[in-house]
Amino acid sequence: MAGGNPRLVSLYRMMARIRAFENAAEIASQGGVQAWGLAASSTPALVRGPLHLSTGQEAVAAGVCANLVREDLLTSTHRGHGHTLAKGADLNRMMCELFGRSTGYNRGKGGSMHIADFSVGMLGANGVVAAGIPIAVGAAHALKVKKKSHIVACFFGDGAVNRGPFLEGLNWAGVYRLPVLFVCEDNRISATTPTGPMTSGEGPSARARSMGLRCENVDGNDVVAVDRAAGELADWVRKGNGPAFLHAVTYRFKGHVSVDPGSYRDPKEVEQALAYDPLRLARNELIEAGEPAAAIDEIDTAAKIEVDVALTIAKSSPWPDAASAYEDVMDSGKGQWK
Amino acid sequence: MSAAAKPETLTYAQAACLALQEAMRADPNVVALGEDLGRGGIFGQYRGLPQEFGPERIIDTPISEATIMGAAVGMALAGLRPVVEMRVVDFALCAIDELVNQAAKNRFMFGGQGRVPLVARMPIGLWGASAAQHSQSLEAWFAHIPGLAVVAPSTPADNYGLLKASLASGDPVVYMEHKELWGMEGEVQAGNEVPLGKARIAQAGKDLTIVTWSRSFHDCVAALPALAKESVSVELIDLRTIWPWDRETVLESCANTGQLLVVHEAVQVGGFGAEIAATVAEELGIRVRRLGAPRIPAGYAQPLEDESRVGAAKIVVAVKSFLA
Ligand SMILES: Cc1ncc(C[n+]2csc(CCOP(=O)(O)OP(=O)(O)O)c2C)c(N)n1
Repeated sequence: MAGGNPRLVSLYRMMARIRAFENAAEIASQGGVQAWGLAASSTPALVRGPLHLSTGQEAVAAGVCANLVREDLLTSTHRGHGHTLAKGADLNRMMCELFGRSTGYNRGKGGSMHIADFSVGMLGANGVVAAGIPIAVGAAHALKVKKKSHIVACFFGDGAVNRGPFLEGLNWAGVYRLPVLFVCEDNRISATTPTGPMTSGEGPSARARSMGLRCENVDGNDVVAVDRAAGELADWVRKGNGPAFLHAVTYRFKGHVSVDPGSYRDPKEVEQALAYDPLRLARNELIEAGEPAAAIDEIDTAAKIEVDVALTIAKSSPWPDAASAYEDVMDSGKGQWK
Repeated sequence: MSAAAKPETLTYAQAACLALQEAMRADPNVVALGEDLGRGGIFGQYRGLPQEFGPERIIDTPISEATIMGAAVGMALAGLRPVVEMRVVDFALCAIDELVNQAAKNRFMFGGQGRVPLVARMPIGLWGASAAQHSQSLEAWFAHIPGLAVVAPSTPADNYGLLKASLASGDPVVYMEHKELWGMEGEVQAGNEVPLGKARIAQAGKDLTIVTWSRSFHDCVAALPALAKESVSVELIDLRTIWPWDRETVLESCANTGQLLVVHEAVQVGGFGAEIAATVAEELGIRVRRLGAPRIPAGYAQPLEDESRVGAAKIVVAVKSFLA
């Protein structure tokens, strides 16, 4: 192969796949729900319900997950498509879930906000901010009790650091020296509210450091930097040194949900952020490393084709049976209460 | 203050906004706190208020539900009248201790020394494919807690009138708007407070009393023509307040019709319909029936979500089988 940076090629490929997935999901979600002061459109969306896109944040998911193995576990947030794909989930089944089809990972029960693939250790996106933190900590506790050598990656947003479970979870992980890599994916905003003015003190890593966690801060749009920092921290956690904390600063390209125009943001800020596109940065690095532009274009094209196939599969997949609404609720008293 | 006599057409969200605006103009101790309020709230239910009242009274908060609720308890004890925004009831579950152990118990536990006049807004209900963690109707949970009032408005007029009454009540009020009603339009008469604990007879009838609230009220209204075709004369009651509920109106109606159906969107098992049905059966010994959601979490895909929706068709079926 020309170039000579296969790791960067594969990081770029993952980012391109996430970008293509998010773009397609965004289009399919037009119509959506009534929120943000907007009326619901009369044309029903193919992807219904709140859709939180990670467009612009691909380098965090790709860079961190490149340092995980299949047996490692992961907890995610409401903005979890990137984490799920990067952990190794099948793109077709993800798209099917967004379309609410029986062929989706959650059999149409969860949708975007609850996307999960337990078979690759992805323990779920979450509709409740910071809820994944204690779950990650508990999963790590289990790994330790069972003397497994694997680790847990715990993704959350900047907004999550102001919820109690953040403090409780980090403390717990520190107390029991648990194998958790906490990843604060800091896109600087929480729904419509800039997080900085809502966060006292020096920010996420200062809080983590005060609880004895090893911390790194990184440019979350620079996939090479994320990969390097996450790699070091993941190794350290894997060696049994206890939890570590990665603070990755990035930017949410889209509104909070796909139907949110995000007009509360300063257009200049948005424009600047769009210019600092993690995919463009990675592409430039690839070119510097000698990768031909045509080869990079091919990666982009392949990602789009993969997503087009997924869309076709999702559209033609069957809806779940109404009867399946009563399945997987619980075992005790099964079928008793319709 | 808009003492204008003319009714206006407002959405459910705007109606709440007007009620809060009037209360804030009348009493400088009324404040609101919650996430994203500085931009008018994500449903537009605080639109314009940040501009009028500024950040000291429309308080933008971190994502800290426990402290939003807990701080509101402290604010109330120290003389403010806070309106707490939880966005959806599902997130209010992150603030349960603060509401249930602190706000609800304070007055009694401290021998009447303190009062916690707060209104905790926590919208309920299915909301177009929002799935299991953003779709719950938990009014019965809160009705179970001594010390809390529970309110569930179904129309813009009621969202205005009940919010005003809740703000004036001096009690901790769990105020449950419905997420699928934000855009609903209706006539709102400024000044028309709707007292807590007063139900509304939306239609008089003689064969069957239906008691309902929140969005399910509209499902019941939608079922009325089909029921009329079957020559069932329904007395339809919008309960409006879950606690204290209007026993008098319900019992009187049931005494006349001799049969009761309670309809709600919440899971039927352990729902508040059970309390109403049991009370009516105890007091009057008449036939009662409930219709609520099956005991399943809300699914994302439409066919699954539909299983959790009560809806007019299921109401018609339930009435027919009840009366058969
Ligand atoms: C406990 C809780 N409170 C509020 C919400 C509503 N909510 C959903 S996402 C969000 C913003 C989260 O910001 P952040 O953690 O920075 O993640 P981002 O959306 O930026 O990825 C809020 C407030 C929620 N889902 N859960």
